[in-house]
Amino acid sequence: MSLQSTELAPAEPPRLVVFWRRYSRNRAALLGLVIFTVVVILALTAGIVEPGDPLRRAGAPLTPPFTDWATPLGTDQLGRDVMSGIFYGARISLLIGVVATLVAIGIGVLIGAIAGYFGGWVDDVLMRVTEAFQTIPNFVLLLTLVAIMGSQIEWITVAIGIVSWTAPARMVRAEFMALRGREFVDAARNLGVSNTSIIFREIMPNALPPIVVYASVIMALAILLESALAFLGLGDPNYASWGNMIGQGRSVLRTAPYCAVIPGIAIVLTVLSFSLLGEGLNDALNPRQKKR
Amino acid sequence: MSQPVLDISGLRIALPKGADRPFALEDLNLTVEPGEIVCLVGESGSGKSLSAGAVMRLLPEPHVHVAAGSIRFMGEDLLAKTPRQMRDIRGRDIAMIFQEPMTALNPQKTVGWQLDEVLRLHTRLGRKARRARALDMLERVQLPDPRSAYNAYPHQVSGGQRQRVMIAMALLLSPKLIIADEPTTALDVTTQLQILKLIRELQVEEQAGILFITHDFGVVAEIADKVAVLRMGQLVEHGPAKTVLNNPQHPYTKALIGAVPALIPPPAKPLSSAPVVLKAEGLRKTFAARGGLLSGKRKAVAAVKDLSFTLRQGETLGVVGESGSGKTTVSRIVTRLLECDSGKVEVDGTDILAASPRELRAMRKHIQMVFQDPMASLNPRKRVVDLIAQGPIVHGTPRKKAHADARRLLELVELSPAAATRFPHEFSGGQRQRIGIARALSMEPKIIVADEPVSALDVSVQAQVLKLLAELRDRLNLSLLFVTHDLRVAAQLCDRIIVMQNGEIVEQGATADVFANPQHPYTQKLLSSIPGRHWTPPVLTTEAA
Repeated sequence: MSLQSTELAPAEPPRLVVFWRRYSRNRAALLGLVIFTVVVILALTAGIVEPGDPLRRAGAPLTPPFTDWATPLGTDQLGRDVMSGIFYGARISLLIGVVATLVAIGIGVLIGAIAGYFGGWVDDVLMRVTEAFQTIPNFVLLLTLVAIMGSQIEWITVAIGIVSWTAPARMVRAEFMALRGREFVDAARNLGVSNTSIIFREIMPNALPPIVVYASVIMALAILLESALAFLGLGDPNYASWGNMIGQGRSVLRTAPYCAVIPGIAIVLTVLSFSLLGEGLNDALNPRQKKR
Repeated sequence: MSQPVLDISGLRIALPKGADRPFALEDLNLTVEPGEIVCLVGESGSGKSLSAGAVMRLLPEPHVHVAAGSIRFMGEDLLAKTPRQMRDIRGRDIAMIFQEPMTALNPQKTVGWQLDEVLRLHTRLGRKARRARALDMLERVQLPDPRSAYNAYPHQVSGGQRQRVMIAMALLLSPKLIIADEPTTALDVTTQLQILKLIRELQVEEQAGILFITHDFGVVAEIADKVAVLRMGQLVEHGPAKTVLNNPQHPYTKALIGAVPALIPPPAKPLSSAPVVLKAEGLRKTFAARGGLLSGKRKAVAAVKDLSFTLRQGETLGVVGESGSGKTTVSRIVTRLLECDSGKVEVDGTDILAASPRELRAMRKHIQMVFQDPMASLNPRKRVVDLIAQGPIVHGTPRKKAHADARRLLELVELSPAAATRFPHEFSGGQRQRIGIARALSMEPKIIVADEPVSALDVSVQAQVLKLLAELRDRLNLSLLFVTHDLRVAAQLCDRIIVMQNGEIVEQGATADVFANPQHPYTQKLLSSIPGRHWTPPVLTTEAA
């Protein structure tokens, strides 16, 4: 029996394997992953399964679903194919979800990191700005921005990003404030590492897990915001988005409810899948937080 | 012949699947007689705290549960009690003193309220009678002003006083058994001695049995009647304190006791001619407490007042003192992790405190630091090789060479090169500290500032890390500024020591001189407070040493 402390414990499996094991322990998260994959497949195969413009006339107006195999999910009041709309709408929803989230997280991480790391007056100024944004309701601000910038899909995406960065900024700031006092940051400073390197190479990887989890929430919110805009008729009319479809289906809600219900279900499932993904990521990335 | 207060036999506690071993405790047999202090000693992970949890029936069930054996308290089987019966027993018959009194007390309630609660739950006394009894108890634990303490919130009294409050709470109902889980570990030596004395006195008055859990053999020597040594959940040795401490039988006990640093300073080195590598002059640092908008300004705290010292090449200078003495501040100032208010720190004749950011980065090469908590000081998301090579890469060493050097350094600190591609959490505490040392050495510094580098480690690992530090110092001709609260550790490694109190040096000199003949009353008090100072660990030869 030796007390020597230099013998190593057996090697652990690679991080990805551990990550997958933890993630797959959560059944709901797996379901989320499946739905998410389906949405991605819809978006990718839209051009193959439903060639042609989704906004073109595909059959007689208001064909109910499952009656004509050329338009399996029916057509709306202008004779546009609902299934085609769902396929192409997945593209828009994912695009908006991903890009708006990147914009929001990008701004949020930068501002939060600087405020949290430097503290003092830098923190004060940045946080007052953040609070100014937070006092205006998200959707009102979004409407204003779209009214100013116009309703092209690019501007809508950016605007959604701009209205959603405050929460990640506060979160990153809190993480940075907790982490900057840790000894490994002092250790890096003591080696002569520069501030930028400390922020992005030392602290950021440690602050990332909660942000990744939160990104899924922003993604879901971004999709909802776009749908809400489109529902009000402020979406980009040149693209078939799920929100547009619901907005237009509203007028025939009593006679042909499927026009609004089918894209509605698509939105619900997609947003649900993001929430479930987030839940699973949280379990996998922060195992300590939720021990049962 | 009275029956034992506590009789544990064949106790086995199961751990959940995937833990490092199936059972936290295996076949533990232990008795505590009335009026006896039994010390349960072991290193971290030995299962000593879980055994206390089992007696209190406070295990995190169902993951961790009692798999076999019996726990008898005054002859009654505790494991057969219903949760309701257990609630009555806890606090009234069995009391517990925790390690960290700040977290064990409710910060939202006054001390008096919390004492009162115990009485309210377990007695039928009236309000006045309860208050009288609580005040009486606070007096018995020798709190300076029981009345004001009764109305104080936990954060308003000092750490030592909080622990006194905890003891008062534990003893309020004259329990037959007290379980003390590392009750003095979070305290300074001088306070620790007072608390140990207090526990001893009150225990004699009350004739209670105490199960005292600790990792510190000094404390054992101070207080124990009987000792039980746990290793990985197994009882390896037990018996009367004197026998176990002075004549241990089991190799593990021998190794543990052999690792306790003796209070014998190293022979003085002829260093007066060596060049001075680090010179601090007139250092001052005041922490201005930043007042909030509504809370108003708080008083500024002077952490370091006019401090000067020199460190010669190849020398180890110990900075000792209790918490709040400013010793950690000193270590942060000389590495310029903390900006100083005034003063000079010369490294090889250049003032590091006056250096521009650019010069400073170049100078950091010469003065490196080993931190207290090896887990916190290693970035958990970096591989060991990157951690060690980071410094040289920042200073312009090509990546490949830096990595090769890092692997060589791992061997120097006696770790296998296979460790290079692992992440910090895959190592034990001692191994992490070795990585921390390798990182400091990667810059080929002249000076290493070590801030409590072994205080987070188990005794046996502590001894190995200290040995490694001493070897490397001699081999590489390093100078060491060694900050510690542990006088035993200081005695083992330091050539000279400075003793700090409230930000000032009260005494300095060669370690041997200071230990043999302390001049300042504070130094005298510190030295006489070392737990188990009358006990010199027997010189043992073990295969592990």
